[in-house]
Amino acid sequence: MPIEIVHVETLDNGLVILGQPMSWLRTAAFSLALPAGIHCEPVDRGGLAGLMCEMIQRGAGPYSSRDIVELQDNLGLDHSAGVSSSLASYGAMMPAEVLSDALDLYAEITLRPHMPEDQLEDALQVSMQELLSVEDEPTQLVMMRLKQLQYGDLSGRPACGNRAGIESIGHEDVVSFFQNRYRPQGSILAVAGRFEWNQVLDRCQKLFGDWQGAPAHEIPLDRGRGGYEHIDQESSQTHIGFSFDAVPFSNESFYQMRAGVGILSDGMSSRLFDRVREQRGLCYTVSASNHSLRDRGAVFGYAGTTPERAQETLDVTLREICSLADGIEQAELDRLKVRVQSSLIMEQESSSSAVASMLSDWFHRGRVITAQEIEAIIESLTIKDVVDYWTEHPPKDFRVITLGSSPLQVPA
Amino acid sequence: MLTFRETTLPNGLRIAAETDDRGYSASFGYFVRTGARDETDVESGVSHFLEHMMFKGTQRRSAADVNRELDELGGQSNAYTSEEQTVYYATVLPKYQSRIIDLLTDMMRPSLAESDFDTERNVILEEIAKYEDQPPFGAFERVMELYFTPRGLGRRVLGTAESIAAMTPQVMRNYFNRRYAPENIVLAAAGKVDFDALAQQAEKSTADWQKLPKSRAPRPDDVATVPEGIELDAMIDAPDASQGYLVRVSPAPATADPSRYAARLLTTILGDDSGSRFFWELIDTGRAESAAMWTQEFADCGAAYTLLVCPPEDLSGNREVIDKVVEAVLRDGVTEQELVQAKNKTIASCIMQSDRPSNRLFGVGNGWQMRGEYVDLETMLDRYRRVSLADVALVAKKSFAKPPTETFAVAGALR
Repeated sequence: MPIEIVHVETLDNGLVILGQPMSWLRTAAFSLALPAGIHCEPVDRGGLAGLMCEMIQRGAGPYSSRDIVELQDNLGLDHSAGVSSSLASYGAMMPAEVLSDALDLYAEITLRPHMPEDQLEDALQVSMQELLSVEDEPTQLVMMRLKQLQYGDLSGRPACGNRAGIESIGHEDVVSFFQNRYRPQGSILAVAGRFEWNQVLDRCQKLFGDWQGAPAHEIPLDRGRGGYEHIDQESSQTHIGFSFDAVPFSNESFYQMRAGVGILSDGMSSRLFDRVREQRGLCYTVSASNHSLRDRGAVFGYAGTTPERAQETLDVTLREICSLADGIEQAELDRLKVRVQSSLIMEQESSSSAVASMLSDWFHRGRVITAQEIEAIIESLTIKDVVDYWTEHPPKDFRVITLGSSPLQVPA
Repeated sequence: MLTFRETTLPNGLRIAAETDDRGYSASFGYFVRTGARDETDVESGVSHFLEHMMFKGTQRRSAADVNRELDELGGQSNAYTSEEQTVYYATVLPKYQSRIIDLLTDMMRPSLAESDFDTERNVILEEIAKYEDQPPFGAFERVMELYFTPRGLGRRVLGTAESIAAMTPQVMRNYFNRRYAPENIVLAAAGKVDFDALAQQAEKSTADWQKLPKSRAPRPDDVATVPEGIELDAMIDAPDASQGYLVRVSPAPATADPSRYAARLLTTILGDDSGSRFFWELIDTGRAESAAMWTQEFADCGAAYTLLVCPPEDLSGNREVIDKVVEAVLRDGVTEQELVQAKNKTIASCIMQSDRPSNRLFGVGNGWQMRGEYVDLETMLDRYRRVSLADVALVAKKSFAKPPTETFAVAGALR
């Protein structure tokens, strides 16, 4: 594995710039993450943070809305914009030679957007379409509802918001959200791929050095609640979502928890895939993964199955999860280690994966963790480490959402 | 340095690899030229069912061994079935080349034990139920059935709940013996690959591959009948759908047709997810959730698909917008600026994909299996660069001169 070199620079205005040169690639990627995530939305404006991604790109600096799309296409940007609970991110992957032009464009978009009032109606329609599309995806519907049950109505609110929220958003909401949340303090710009760090840093200082914004103020996160909810809907399958508390990314036990989730769900010999699908044929999809906010985390799981097999699917799945504390085999842990090592090395083939890792590390831990460091941590994990975590933090207080023709029996 | 190497083994197995000594990983795949279009009514869904059964063990390995070893090699491995191909692939660190080839090669001669058959049948039935719940609620399968008939390219890859329930191990074995002969298979590789070692190992471990039992030719279908579980109504009632769905098919170039590059650029100009004519008319304005167009190339023909997703009450109005956009292109062609933009976007996307061997594998394997052709990145980019306005106008005429085949999926199936 190549030794990773990560550059870090904090501008006077507070913007953090992270750079990871990867000279062997033909591509570069960047992402600008701003402290403008979903939980910063006013309670009655669900969907505002996501709508900003639309409004911000409808003209900026010298460019019209059409100019921006033409530039993105002609530079060949594989671009994306999106919001999570805490952050709004704008970024792209591209052939390495256009990185500087792309950064120029995105400085205009994020610092000097027009947010034209006469386009608000169209942008709101786009948000409404996203909301409608989710209604037709039962899996997404279940997982979105589950996230709210787990994290809280605001902290777990979906990016697409809700109908009442979208219908009440006015132009003044857009302007004030931009003024308050799109600011250098708390923002991170990560760049990876084939580039010269000094050139990129120089460019970024010119583009973002004068950026001023509202002073930082943290908005507290709300809390989730427990329980079981059933969404009654005629459907070929019963969709089951479940979650439980787990340590966040910043916690020192994180990798012990993560290893347990890997043993449950990474790969075709993982416990859930093997014991729920392969041995019993109960379902096509079953999985579990961890997720983290800054101050807390959770494990989220999903299984989709036909109604007559749904109860058994839920029972077997939860039983497998709880039995992690009863012990794991050395071979399971060894497979996990090879898997982690492989994926860390393969991450070196993608500038956009490197950007995503750097951003996540910085946001959750305030520093970038190199692949070598993670490899060493994983390599040193023992069976006892993993079992200890799952014994000290036994999965309990399951939040469960089902969608289908009839509810299930859920453990109290 | 990228190098292309290929060879054909005495048993007929073809091997093709794009090796890259700078890579960090290596991807390998068996590309079998068999899929839904090679099935009869009784075999409907067998290619895909068989793909699942290939993970269920061999003479040397149990099903658990196969899954465990795939995980022990730490890579990403999977399989898929299409109308024309079934592909088994894995990406691993270069040090695991010989172990992954041993495993994948062994998997290609499965035990197909009857004891696993019924469990896996349930998994397939679950998979069919899963897709029934998902947009566009069967509209894709239906439009393929209408355009190609429910046989050949119109055959459902998953089969129907009826055909899967009736499937027997004997039908599967006959199909396997008929389709998995070495001369019907390409072993492809990309990335940091030791080609000589690959060819040697493959030759040794596939030496007995010709010895498949002779299988009887399947009974031909009665084309006057409609296969069980198939309906041919262009209107699908999707009671749970809150959006309305329209899927269209028009003709497009086949896999070896030089005009396929022009067709891909044309559909990018019309229906890419940003900056296209559909985008400005329907997406940017919030009139539709999705309005997209793309092509798929088969051995002897191709298909251009249009997908429109929007509130049911807007379906007919938005459909007219799409018609107008297509008519305008038929009448006036596209502009130079649009063509340049589509080329820039497409070329950048090819370059971005080329960073990962796992992406290159499919280009190498498909090209060698379907066309006996290897196209390096620069050649491919050049083919896109050479497309002219006249080329685009010509493919537009060939694709859109006649009205498309359509299906709709809507709650209550409004007429």
